[in-house]
Amino acid sequence: MQGSLAGVRGNIQRRQLWSAIFAIVGLLVLFIAIIVLLALILQLAIQGVPRLSWAFFTSFPSSKAEEAGILSALVGTALVMLVTAFTAIPIGIASGIYLEEYARKNWIAALIEINVTNLAGVPSIVYGLLAMGLFKSALQLGESVLTAGLTLALLILPVVIVTTREALRAIPSGLREAAYALGASKWQMVWDHILPYASGSILTGIIIGLSRAIGETAPLITIGALTFISFLPPSPFKSDFPFLSFDWVRSPFTVMPIQMFNWVSRPEPEFQLNAAAAGVILVALTLLMNGLAIYLRYRFRKGVKW
Amino acid sequence: MHLGYVHYAYGSKEMAVKSMLSRVALAGAIVTATTGLLASVAGSQQAIVKIDGSSTVFPVTEKVAEDFQKSPAAKGAKVTVGISGTGGGFRKFCNGETDISNASRPILEKEMKACAEKGIKYLEVPVAYDALTVVIHPANKWAETMTVAQLKTIWEPAAQGKIMRWNQVDPSWPNVPLALFGAGADSGTFDYFTEAINGKSKQSRSDFTGSEDDNVLVQGVSRNRNALGFFGLAYYEANKNRLKAVKIVNPKTGQAVYPTNETVVNGSYQPLSRPIFIYVKADSMKRPEVKAFVEFYIKNGAKAADAVKYVPLPASDYAKAMERFKKGELGTVFAGKEEVGIKIADTWSRKLVE
Repeated sequence: MQGSLAGVRGNIQRRQLWSAIFAIVGLLVLFIAIIVLLALILQLAIQGVPRLSWAFFTSFPSSKAEEAGILSALVGTALVMLVTAFTAIPIGIASGIYLEEYARKNWIAALIEINVTNLAGVPSIVYGLLAMGLFKSALQLGESVLTAGLTLALLILPVVIVTTREALRAIPSGLREAAYALGASKWQMVWDHILPYASGSILTGIIIGLSRAIGETAPLITIGALTFISFLPPSPFKSDFPFLSFDWVRSPFTVMPIQMFNWVSRPEPEFQLNAAAAGVILVALTLLMNGLAIYLRYRFRKGVKW
Repeated sequence: MHLGYVHYAYGSKEMAVKSMLSRVALAGAIVTATTGLLASVAGSQQAIVKIDGSSTVFPVTEKVAEDFQKSPAAKGAKVTVGISGTGGGFRKFCNGETDISNASRPILEKEMKACAEKGIKYLEVPVAYDALTVVIHPANKWAETMTVAQLKTIWEPAAQGKIMRWNQVDPSWPNVPLALFGAGADSGTFDYFTEAINGKSKQSRSDFTGSEDDNVLVQGVSRNRNALGFFGLAYYEANKNRLKAVKIVNPKTGQAVYPTNETVVNGSYQPLSRPIFIYVKADSMKRPEVKAFVEFYIKNGAKAADAVKYVPLPASDYAKAMERFKKGELGTVFAGKEEVGIKIADTWSRKLVE
């Protein structure tokens, strides 16, 4: 008996040792990843931050490095994101709700599900090619903010759909049954009960999708985003009725990553600093959006009681 | 009640109606926005000159566009410049999508055909010279002068995996490894260098560090004592302190020549200097903003080229270009052929082919 007890103890010790080793290795790997990331961001910041000034935000690109700024790129990025959000959010959430709550679970649903999951993994350049053929040529939308926004909307649509579905799935079915028990229709059940509870997670998915889209370059290059543009799209607000104008969606544009890419490939070393500064802003924007996603998730989770 | 999900059963009727109203309003706003979006897709009216094409020509055109928009000649017209390569630029140009195409080489036969099919006629305007510069590390004292034959020994396809050390090119050079850096295979620079050195466009050894981003090449050569690389003159000019340009022996005169403004303009830095062009769509020139821009470009081309460290054409060439522009003489003088060692001054008497 004694011998076997010692054997068991030895066995336990050995396993605990392995467990400890794994913990250390895991921690090391994590540290390496974080340190590399931090080093990159730090280097970018050291190079770029001194270049950041108000003029940098309010100037158009220029062939003189010290006069060049990101105004057109920043506005372009904002407008493209606006179109992307306006398209991807309603379509994505609607598709998610349909697939999760309404669709019958048959082979068609399975087929759609496989496709949506696959689409999330398609390289972004493929979306660019699709957009070039469909939006730019077939629908005659040209090289515009609209084309770019729709392209990026396609790109993040799978992300929005998948997160919407997961968010809906996480709602306990007791809530659905309770709504039915009180005589709610399916639509009332979804719109008044399920959707509000799920909105935190859905928002998180949307913001993560948008922060992916904001750094995307490849599909926009294929549809012909410009590198030099020193004017802004027409303002969306007008002084006369109907006060809103949508001319800007047809306007040529450039976006932050493309502006950065152009600066990186310039001969003068001063442009590298501009690129770093634009990089700092892009990283800050992405961090801000991700931070917002985390905060919203926290807020909504706290409000949910079941 | 931050989300308004207390209704029917517990919430007051008023609240339910209110929240429903706000939702209807939201849905209404979305519908209006979407309709507005679709309605406005009819097109915008701003006067815009659309330019696309070569990344080599881009800095010059960008500089001109920038100054043009600030000048009274523009009358508020706007210019956009994209980069899609000389070939990509011509594809859009011959499809009628752009007004002006930047080109680091004359238009080729197949592109002329594509343009002709769509009925697109064009004005060919040489705007500056670009000199391909062969560079070495500043500590390299042996290869300060090279001949085209030596460069060919290094770069020809047959050299692949064989010519790996400097003394294999010239026995008097040291027995050290040869590290090669060159323009990536998709660039016009690569096409021209291979054409000029190896005699055939795109024929080259492939075991070298190639990049479309010339700054990668600058870094590579400046960090390796045994390196040899090539790229546009502007990149050398911006990094003179950490690179050394190689004198190239002109095969016709036998003289070793540095790439400078003078040697490029007088045609002695050959075969590695080449003119760059813009092609202007004839129909677009009827629009006042395009006409004003082209005129501004020819007038200020020398200044712009100088500012971005390219080699301006002699004043007489800009005058000839202006004359051709004013008379509206369309077509190309190169008949769609690839050519090495073009001197713009010699091309004005050639026949224009449309």
